[in-house]
This record gives sequence, C-alpha cells and structure tokens, in this order.
Amino acid sequence: MNEVRVLTPVGMLGGGFPPETLTRGLELGADVIAVDGGSTDSGPHYLGSGIAKTAAAAVARDLRLLLRAAASAGIPLIIGSCGTSGTDSGVDWVAGITRDILAEEGLDLRVATIYSEQQAADLKDHLDGGRIHPLPPAAELDPATLESCRHIVAMMGHEPIVAALTGGADVILAGRATDTAVAAAFPLMKGMPAGPVWHAAKIVECGGQCTTDPRAGGVLATIDATGFTIEPLDPGNACTPTSVAAHMLYETVNPFSMREPAGTIVVTDATYRALDERRVRVEGSRFDLAEQYTVKLEGARITGYETMSFTAIRDPHILGQIDTWAALLRRMIGEWVSGTLGLAPEEYAFDVRLYGHNAVLDAIDPATGPPREVGVMLLVNAADQATATAIAKIANPLMLHLPTPDMKFLPSLAFATSPAETERGAAYEFVLNHVVDVDSATALFRLNLPEDTDA
Amino acid sequence: MPESPAPRTVADLSLEVRSKNAGPFWVTLEVFLRDAAGYAIVAEPTFLTPPVIARLYGVAADTVQIYRIAALHVVKISFPRPVVQGSLRDRDIHAGQHHVPLALLALPAPVTG
Repeated sequence: MNEVRVLTPVGMLGGGFPPETLTRGLELGADVIAVDGGSTDSGPHYLGSGIAKTAAAAVARDLRLLLRAAASAGIPLIIGSCGTSGTDSGVDWVAGITRDILAEEGLDLRVATIYSEQQAADLKDHLDGGRIHPLPPAAELDPATLESCRHIVAMMGHEPIVAALTGGADVILAGRATDTAVAAAFPLMKGMPAGPVWHAAKIVECGGQCTTDPRAGGVLATIDATGFTIEPLDPGNACTPTSVAAHMLYETVNPFSMREPAGTIVVTDATYRALDERRVRVEGSRFDLAEQYTVKLEGARITGYETMSFTAIRDPHILGQIDTWAALLRRMIGEWVSGTLGLAPEEYAFDVRLYGHNAVLDAIDPATGPPREVGVMLLVNAADQATATAIAKIANPLMLHLPTPDMKFLPSLAFATSPAETERGAAYEFVLNHVVDVDSATALFRLNLPEDTDA
Repeated sequence: MPESPAPRTVADLSLEVRSKNAGPFWVTLEVFLRDAAGYAIVAEPTFLTPPVIARLYGVAADTVQIYRIAALHVVKISFPRPVVQGSLRDRDIHAGQHHVPLALLALPAPVTG
C-alpha cells in the first residue's frame, strides 16, 4: 500500500453523525474506520462505576451505521476505550450491542475484544519491581492506593489492536486505549511512517474538531510516505491550516509534543499547507521512539457517598450580604450536625455553592456586585449514603429559613424540589497518574480473537 | 463611523478565549487573538507570565507552562488542576469556564490606533 485512508466519522461513539458523511468517507476510499469510545473528560464516575456515559441507544445508532459500512466496504472497524472508561464491563457492554446488531442486520463480521483492566496485586508486583513511575503532578505511588481502586485500566498503544487485526478480526472492540492508538494501528500495520501516522491520529481523534464546523461530521486522513492529507467528510465543511494546527492545542498540556506508550509525537517542525479550500497537507511530523516503553494507568476509587440539596434566594436583602449568609449557613450546618449526629468535622465534608454569585469560579472570580438571584447547592460527602442524607436533612431547615444576622424574622427560601435532597450514590476520584515500564506492548492486555468468541 | 472603544481586556483582542481539562490532572487555557497586532500585545513576554497566571488562578507559579504560537496567533497556558476533577469541591467538571479570569484580565496599557 502506498497510502492508507483512515475514516473517523465522529469524535466519540454515541456522539452521532450524519449518515451521508460516513457514505462519503467510503466513496473516498476509506481503508479503515476508527472511532474513540471514551474519555476521562467527564469525570471519574464512569471508571469508578464501570458504567458508560453514553446511552445504549445512542451507541447502537452509531454502531449500526458503522457495522453496515465496514461490512459493505470490507474494511476493519476499530473502537477504542469502549464504554467511556474502557473497563472490561465497558467492552462487554459494547460487544453485547454489537452482537445484537450483527444478528439483526444479518452481518457476518468477526469480532475481537481486547481487555485492559488491571488487578491491583499484579500492579503491586510492578511497583515493588520499581517499574511504576509518577507523571507530573503526581507523587510516588502508595501501594494502598492501588488496593483502594474500584477499577484500574491501562491505556494500550497500537500493538494489541494490530495483533487483533493480524488475527483476522473485522471489528475490534478495545478497552482503554490512547485516543491516537485507535486511528494509528491500521496505517502502522500497513507500513506507513510513524511520524505522519501518529500526528494524523491525533488530528482525527476528535472527528470534526479539526474542521471549521465541528458539528458537520468527521474527517478522512490519507497517510503516505511523506505526510498526510486531511479533509472533512461533509463537502460543505473545510479543514484549513489553522483549524488543523489549532487542534494540537485541544485538551493537551503541551501543543508540540505528546507522549504515547512507544515514544513521543513531535510536531514542532510540522508544516500545514492548504491543498485547496477544504483539504490540508501536513508534513514534517516526527515520532521519537522512547528508550522505555511505558503504559499509562488510570484508576478511580470511592471517596464517600453524596447527597445534594438545592434551594434558592431572591430576596434582595439577603442577596446584598450573600457571603455573610453563606458563612453563617456553613457554620450552623457544622454545629447542628455535631449536635445531632455527633460527627466531628473530619468525619464528613460538604460544599455550599452559590450559583448566580460565585459558584463556578469562587475565589478567582473577577466579578463583583450583588446577584439578582442565587441557587444554593449543598453537596454532602459522608462515609455512607444514610449519613450523607441525614446531614442534608439536618441542613434542610437552615436552607429553608436561615436569615442574615441583621434580620428580625425568619425568611422562607425557595427549594427547587420536594424532597429537597437527592441521593447521588458513590462519589469517585481519579487516583492514578502513573506509568508502568513494560518489556512487551501487549503483556498487560488480554486479546480474544474471533476464533475464541465464535466458539 | 464611530470609533470602536479601545480594547481593555484580553477578550477584547480575541476571537476566542477557552479553557478545558487536559486529562484529569491538568487545565489548559487558550487565547486565540484576532490578528498579529493583538498577538503582539498578549504574547509580549512580560504580560502573561507564570506569576501573573499564578495570581489569577491561585496556583504555584513554578507549575505554569506558557506557549506562544505566532503562526496561529495563540497563547496557550497549562497548569495542574487546583481541584481534582470530579471531587467534592470541583465546580467545573470539564474546566470549561475557567477561561474567564484570563479573558477579563486588563491589558497592560491603553492601545491606540
């Protein structure tokens, strides 16, 4: 092959795309369809719980179109980070939806799954062997942190996906993978040079984000020996040198270099040239192989259980001294919880957020002045759900009637719902920001080839 | 035509000022300036410095990274997330509204012309 065309119709499986843009990608000669199925961007809940952010119906709608397209064109379909976080349950969830669609559509495609979930005990061996290192701003890993995680995933590079492709899979459902590995696997397998492949993979990973109209569907990248060409699938949409170059900024710390398991994408010397009004040629990208192959870990643990309550204030007198009122609320919640439940401050936590005043930016908010109305959110975190809800219920009369210190009567504030309290279940936090040194790019991942799954 | 008012803030010179998570442990901000003149003002090395960003965002100056990209008229700033994503005190899960202090930052001096 002299060139490989990677079709990415959407930035996230379940995000939705115009069906005609996928058809257009096939007409342009796509060799592979690559779609990311996940992200950490919406928070630790999805990894902690192993439940996807996307609705099953939205994933099924996208998958049906993608499976039909892969079957009709006879090209592989690669989905990475299945189920948002790439847990084993996420892979199984997408695999189940895939199986149903293949049966309904009468499609005969060979499906491979790749699992990336890790056991704390195995990782502890790596830690003891000095093979786990922190990434900034993390500290050295405490073994207890591994034990505390509900789920730990490792981010695969392209190698396990290539192993699935060479194993005969038409559809590859991968657990946690780097966003780029999903799009890089097939062109690397076909011998395309690493620099253009990885840079192209980074550019396409968010679908239409690198175009002038990100809402108009995805893109096609054509990779060859000297670089790659990128174009939108929608004929009315455009890639410009600026829109493509600017995508290296998106959700990255450093816009010029990006670490992958095998090495670093370096785009410092990359050039972006308009071929016409909607296609851009990119050359000069590098991929510097690292001395040590590293696999990044992600883990989430439960921090407690949360209950939320929400009231609102419109009275201008209280709004005129809203910070004083909120300070009084915080103090009295502490006193009442101590007096009724006997809990010390370190045995629970709560946050009072003044929406309409400074909830979003708090101390760094540049604006001043009394707000017109304020929504008061109380978010309680405690060791168990019943305690969190009890604390919120103890706060309820304060959120209904608390006056400012200078008021001679009790106001009644505006609860948004009844009951005011909503139980949010377990709350999670990301706790791993570390890499593992490995000798084998596939060792941490479990591949189930079609022969196994068909049996 | 009446003259448009002199730009006062970073936002006044920008097509877009945006913020976003860069993974769960970092925040990144980008200022897309309208033109080379605006870029020259905002990218001027003494204007946006790590101490200035540290003061605006309540973070340690030695953790702030600043990238000036003339070809795109972009200044990009990254620093570790001051509040862990999704934790009890995280009020902006995607860090999508954290551009505002930077956008409203006053420019170094009145700009004429």
